[in-house]
Amino acid sequence: MKRIVSLVVNGQQFEDAVDDNMLLIDYLREIRRLTGVKRGCDGGECGACTVLVDGRARPSCITFASLCDGSAIETIEGQARNGRLSPLQRAFHENLGAQCGFCTPGMIMAAEALLRRTPDPDDDAIRAALGGNLCRCTGYVKIIGSVRAAAAASP
Amino acid sequence: MREPLKGHAAGRSVALIDGIEKVTGRAVYTADMETPDCLVGRILRSPVSHGRIVRIDTARAAALEGVLAVVTGADCPHSYGVIPIAMNEYPLARGKVRYRGEPVAAVAARDARTAEQALELIELEIEELAASYTPEQSRAAGAELLHDDKPGNIEREVHDEFGDPAAGFAAAALVREATFKCAEVNHAQMEPHAALAEYDVSRDRLTLHSVSQVPFYLHLTLARCLDLDTSRIRVLTPFVGGGFGARTETLNFEIIAALLARKAGARVMLRLSREESFLTHRGRPDTEVSLKIGLAKDGRITAVQCQVVMSGGAYAGYGLVTILYAGALLHGLYHTPAVKYDGYRVYTNHPPCGAMRGHGTVDVRHAFECLLDRMARALGLDPFAVRRVNFLGAPTTTANGLLVNSYGLPECLDKVEAASDWRQRAGRMEAGRGLGMACSHYVSGAAKPVHWTGEPHAVVAMKLDFDGAVTVLTGASDIGQGSTTMVALAAAEILGIDLGRIRVVTNDSAITPKDNGSYSSRVTFMVGNAAIEAARALRAKLVAAAAKKLDANPDDIECAGETFFVPGGSQSALPFHDVALAALAEEGTITVKGTFTCPPEAQGGKHRGGAVGSTMGFSYAAQVVEVAVDVETGRITVEKVWAALDCGFAINPLAVEGQIEGSVWMGMGQALCEETRYTEGLAIHANLLDYRVPTIVESPEIEVQIVESIDPLGPFGAKEAGEGALSGFPPALVNAVADAIGLEADFLPLTPDRVLDALIKARRAARRKAAS
Repeated sequence: MKRIVSLVVNGQQFEDAVDDNMLLIDYLREIRRLTGVKRGCDGGECGACTVLVDGRARPSCITFASLCDGSAIETIEGQARNGRLSPLQRAFHENLGAQCGFCTPGMIMAAEALLRRTPDPDDDAIRAALGGNLCRCTGYVKIIGSVRAAAAASP
Repeated sequence: MREPLKGHAAGRSVALIDGIEKVTGRAVYTADMETPDCLVGRILRSPVSHGRIVRIDTARAAALEGVLAVVTGADCPHSYGVIPIAMNEYPLARGKVRYRGEPVAAVAARDARTAEQALELIELEIEELAASYTPEQSRAAGAELLHDDKPGNIEREVHDEFGDPAAGFAAAALVREATFKCAEVNHAQMEPHAALAEYDVSRDRLTLHSVSQVPFYLHLTLARCLDLDTSRIRVLTPFVGGGFGARTETLNFEIIAALLARKAGARVMLRLSREESFLTHRGRPDTEVSLKIGLAKDGRITAVQCQVVMSGGAYAGYGLVTILYAGALLHGLYHTPAVKYDGYRVYTNHPPCGAMRGHGTVDVRHAFECLLDRMARALGLDPFAVRRVNFLGAPTTTANGLLVNSYGLPECLDKVEAASDWRQRAGRMEAGRGLGMACSHYVSGAAKPVHWTGEPHAVVAMKLDFDGAVTVLTGASDIGQGSTTMVALAAAEILGIDLGRIRVVTNDSAITPKDNGSYSSRVTFMVGNAAIEAARALRAKLVAAAAKKLDANPDDIECAGETFFVPGGSQSALPFHDVALAALAEEGTITVKGTFTCPPEAQGGKHRGGAVGSTMGFSYAAQVVEVAVDVETGRITVEKVWAALDCGFAINPLAVEGQIEGSVWMGMGQALCEETRYTEGLAIHANLLDYRVPTIVESPEIEVQIVESIDPLGPFGAKEAGEGALSGFPPALVNAVADAIGLEADFLPLTPDRVLDALIKARRAARRKAAS
């Protein structure tokens, strides 16, 4: 069954008819064309699809779009303002926190959720916050460095 | 002659020039190219490990509303495979199926639900045959043959002997043997496989976007399997979400997507699930290494004997290269004057193995570095000392004919020894803590390409036009390693210009020069050299124009800081764009190219298979690993890693660090927790929870140091940086565990259950010994 959902996606209000069982990742990728939301696994294993739902990091591949009715969704595409990178985006870019880049959108969104509630996290806090986000290129060394750099650069 | 490095660009840490796309979500990967008009492809896979296909009836599937194409083995009678002499695979099984999950049929439909319904309507009848899952089963008398032309299910045997091993062992003060079992592992690159195929029926043209590391080989294979002229095919790779070797050969889904697109006369997106990506496999095979080393009293290696048995899976793939690499790279790290090698690549009814980061060398290096450490202890030698006494002196040629032109291993050892405070800490750790070390090396590009064409090994083209921008064209796949940035840095260094003036266009067979691909760590060495040569050709034209304007001798002109000038001259420097316009006035749009060809002396020994392992330069690495072992649970924690790698010269030190960290860490995954597992041929690891990739939580700090030995043939002296450090991690870990709790593990990975089993066995053996 379809139902009308009302969502704020990256600051813009949308009303869409979606199937009850439509996953948030499919809504974002197929209807909103936000392909920065990556699918890296068959459901909840890798974190590449992480988005913020009302400020909390959620794997969009195991979240129903219909259950997000009334929520604010943030994806990687909404992070840069007027083309200017967010502190995390800049830090990941400058510190090689991204190699192949496939895990990067999810990784940055999970880190964004962390920095909003803990602006100056220690390494253990960074590890705990990103524990559900797999990366196969970096060994996570420069990811931790990027989050640290973003925290240091944030006002 | 090498020209002195000016350091405009090369040698400076820079962010990836295609990095902004990656952090903003704008980077378009193959699966992101799906448009509403795309048909959805789905694959039907074999439910059995081994069997004869009796009947496939696709009539009901084809008749389903919304199904545009159904293909089976009948649609492609041409075999394929990356090695021209071992093409024994079909994109869709013909006659037989040889592993659970092998593609049998595929459909293209208007939407995913229809495609999945159609798969259920395909009637498949298979007469099951006996299956073999281990080399022992495959080689047993009477075992069912996977391939009729391969008796004993042996894909390839290798028997090589260099020097006089018998005399070497006779002269040794200590000879020891050990057997190591290393589990099969998978690349698990973060991007699942995908291909987008579009067939233009009116023009008979195929366009394929894919995740390939080797778009050129893919192009050739598509032509072969679809009976198409190569000129009718265009292959592109957009952003690629990692590779690590998973995509260094044409994969079945790429051909299947093309077959579906042609039959449907449409655009077909074929996205594989994570499970299917695991089934496509091509990982590092389950390998048993039986090794014997002879050492003189001072630790010098007198002889080596090694037998390797690989469980290769159901098809050839890269298999014969893997089994050759395993023997060839016993050489080239230390002075090994006498080496006997026997390798057996065996077919089994599992998904096919292939090339994975450190191709062929990792498990053998693991065995070697573990046994060498144990023997050093028996001789009362320090692990560093036993390695130092066996150093090579470059330039040299190994017993099997491999060229070693630069050798930074001594400095790597010095650096990790000092950084880890080895002298003060080794042997004095608290209970359950240990330090271990190991060395490793890897090729900077296979000196002979897989497809021998006689052409240069790499070509880079450059264009300079009215806008003053330099466009670099390369077919090299950037799979995240930073090769696109490397090419730009090479051009900027030679031309003395800013990176902002350079654009790099990659991987479109209609536009970019052919490249053999991103495998065997060849790109920096070969494509980097070609880029330098192209930039020099462009610079020569610009210098000539500048000389004319300045009324000076071209030899006196320098270019730096986006200007051309005569050092010490009275005239003011000419801006780059002015010189560019002057050069364009002579001939219009300027296009140049540079090439690189591997010198014959780098192409290996004359013996059969001697080209495998041959390279222009080896990277060298040393690492120290610190562990904590919980003897109650068997759990190992890696506390810290110190790694040093000789990459010749770091064109982009930031990227080199990233490569070293990533390869050390991938070695950690293989050492601690990663393994594929099958039950009666059924993959039970085929997701990212059961296939245990380390998370950020258990990943340690890795302290990296770069050693620059300046290779005489490398671009600015550079060699590879992305693979060499991987194979040192597993043995350094096992050596650290031995230091921590005295356990000499002969298996990978060191999962808690295996470690506990080994500890219990060791305790029982000790009790028996005490009792007797």
